[in-house]
Order: sequence, then structure tokens, then C-alpha cells
Amino acid sequence: MEAQKKNFISGMIKAFPLVIGYLPIAISFGVISLNAGIPLLQTVLMSLLVYAGASQFMAINMFTVGAGALEIVMATFVLNLRHFIMSLSLMNLWDHLPKRWKSIFAFGITDETFAIASLKTEEDAAASSKAYLIGLLVTAYGSWVSGTLIGGLLAGVIPPTISESMSIGLYGMFIGLLVPAVQRLWKTGIVAVVSMGLCTLFNQFFASGWSIILATVIGATLGAAILKEEEAR
Amino acid sequence: MILFLIILGMAVVTYLPRMLPVLIIDRFTPPTWLNRWLKSIPYAALGALIFPGILTVDQLPWVGVMGGLVAVILAFLRLHIILVIFGSIGTAILTKMWLS
Repeated sequence: MEAQKKNFISGMIKAFPLVIGYLPIAISFGVISLNAGIPLLQTVLMSLLVYAGASQFMAINMFTVGAGALEIVMATFVLNLRHFIMSLSLMNLWDHLPKRWKSIFAFGITDETFAIASLKTEEDAAASSKAYLIGLLVTAYGSWVSGTLIGGLLAGVIPPTISESMSIGLYGMFIGLLVPAVQRLWKTGIVAVVSMGLCTLFNQFFASGWSIILATVIGATLGAAILKEEEAR
Repeated sequence: MILFLIILGMAVVTYLPRMLPVLIIDRFTPPTWLNRWLKSIPYAALGALIFPGILTVDQLPWVGVMGGLVAVILAFLRLHIILVIFGSIGTAILTKMWLS
């Protein structure tokens, strides 16, 4: 019992840098979502049920440009397919846990929790214990949801001149994610730029949501061809 | 109503890839081409999400262009992502004020 409590707290502590990263982004999400005309309930519900940062921003973006429901759901699927690989590697680490717990923990897998959970487990066995993982994943999830709520409540008090310009914040986030990846590995820049070109081209013929999906699938195929295995992350 | 359906749909298709590895046989190793393809998706998706959509944040495409350029510079200098976001918002506000 004591050991479990210790592991739980150690998981929460490991989540701390992640909370610092999540909170401002979740708050921005709340503000931008309400400014896009999505009510507070649906905004918070999205963070509660979907819990995938980039695709939530993308959904708001697509919704404001008038994309259909099917387009948004399909684009979310494509964007989050990458979690399959992360989950595959985590489930290997967690194969001592019962299926029912693994199914619950699966919901908490994000790019960031994956990085922490997969790195720490090699250090000590306690880090793949149930209590540790609950501490880590619940703290991360909690900060994402509560940040969204805070942002949603703040949206009403931010003056319209500022909030009208906040939709660019989405793109700021996308750029802030892409540029460091390109600095680490220039080939990812080629994939992104080709994807931009494809998306611009497809935009002439299809709705913007489908253009994004098509450009992503074709761009990633190019990526699979030019990125070597060890480079691909 | 449509919003609830979108959120529900998103929830299902996001949970599926996270959950599937729990069900499939232990020690399934995906072929390397699939690995590379899945790992390339975020970069391709980010590219397609940024451009040309960024041109449409305002009636004036320059607002998006300037905000985007500043974001690229700030990110290149390895500033925290929240500073990149606020930098692009600030630039968009200033550009809009200047042009109108």
C-alpha cells in the first residue's frame, strides 16, 4: 500500500513538466474554440472525450472553414493513427498489467505521455507499475481538461480586437511543432513543404478538409520513402 | 447536435488506434514501411494544416503571412511553443492595425 502511494506520487511528479506544457496550450484551445463559436460544454467535452491536442485544434479550424462532420472525423483518424505505433510499444512494456487496465491506460497515450512513460520504464521497474501510471496519466489528462475549462471561461473577458486575431494562434502552434522537427531532421521539412503544395493543389478541386486528408496521406507516403527507420522520430 | 456527433466520432477514431494494440496478438511487429509511414504522418499533416489555411485567417492574407513568418523565426530560435503562439497572435494584431 505504501509503495503504491509512493509510485502514484512519483508518477504525478514526472507529469509536472508536461503540465507546464499542456496548461497554456489547453487554455489557448479553450479561448480559440469559444471564439470559433463552439459553446463551453462542447469545448470541454471535446477535451474530455478526444484528448488529442493537435486534432482538437484541427477540428476547430476545419469547423470554422465549414468542413463537414465526416471530413473532420476522417482527418482526426489519419492524424492520430500515429498513436497506434506508440501504443504498440507501450503495451509491450506493460504486458504484466491486466487487459482491462491497459485498455484504460490506452486512452491516456499522447505524444508527450508516450515520451515520458517509455523513457522512464527502462530506469526502474516501479515506473511501469499501475499506481505510477495512474499518477502520470491522470495528472496529464487533468491538466488538459482543466486548462480547456479555464480558457473557455477566459474567452468571454478577452477584448474582441485581440480574440479576433487569436485564430492565428492555431497556426502558431502548428509552426511551433513543425520547426523543431525540421531542425532535428531536415527531411521532415521536405515532407511538410510537399504536403503544403499538394494541399494547395487539391484545394482547387476538393473541400479543404478532404484536401488536408489527401495531402497528408500522400505526403506521408513520400516520408516513408525518404526517411530511414532510425530517423523517423 | 452536429457538434456532439463530431466529438463522438473524433473520440471513437482517436481511441481506436490507442486501444488496438491491447487486443492484437502480443509481439506483433509492424513492417518497417508501415512504421515509417505512420511516423511521417505528423509532418505531412502539419504541412497541409499550415498552408494554404494560414492565408485565410483574415480577409487580408498578409495578416496570416506575417504572423506565420514571426512564428517560424521564434520557433527557429527554440523559444517555448507558448511564446511562438503569442508571438504570432501579437504580430497578427499589429499587422491588422497597420494595414487598416
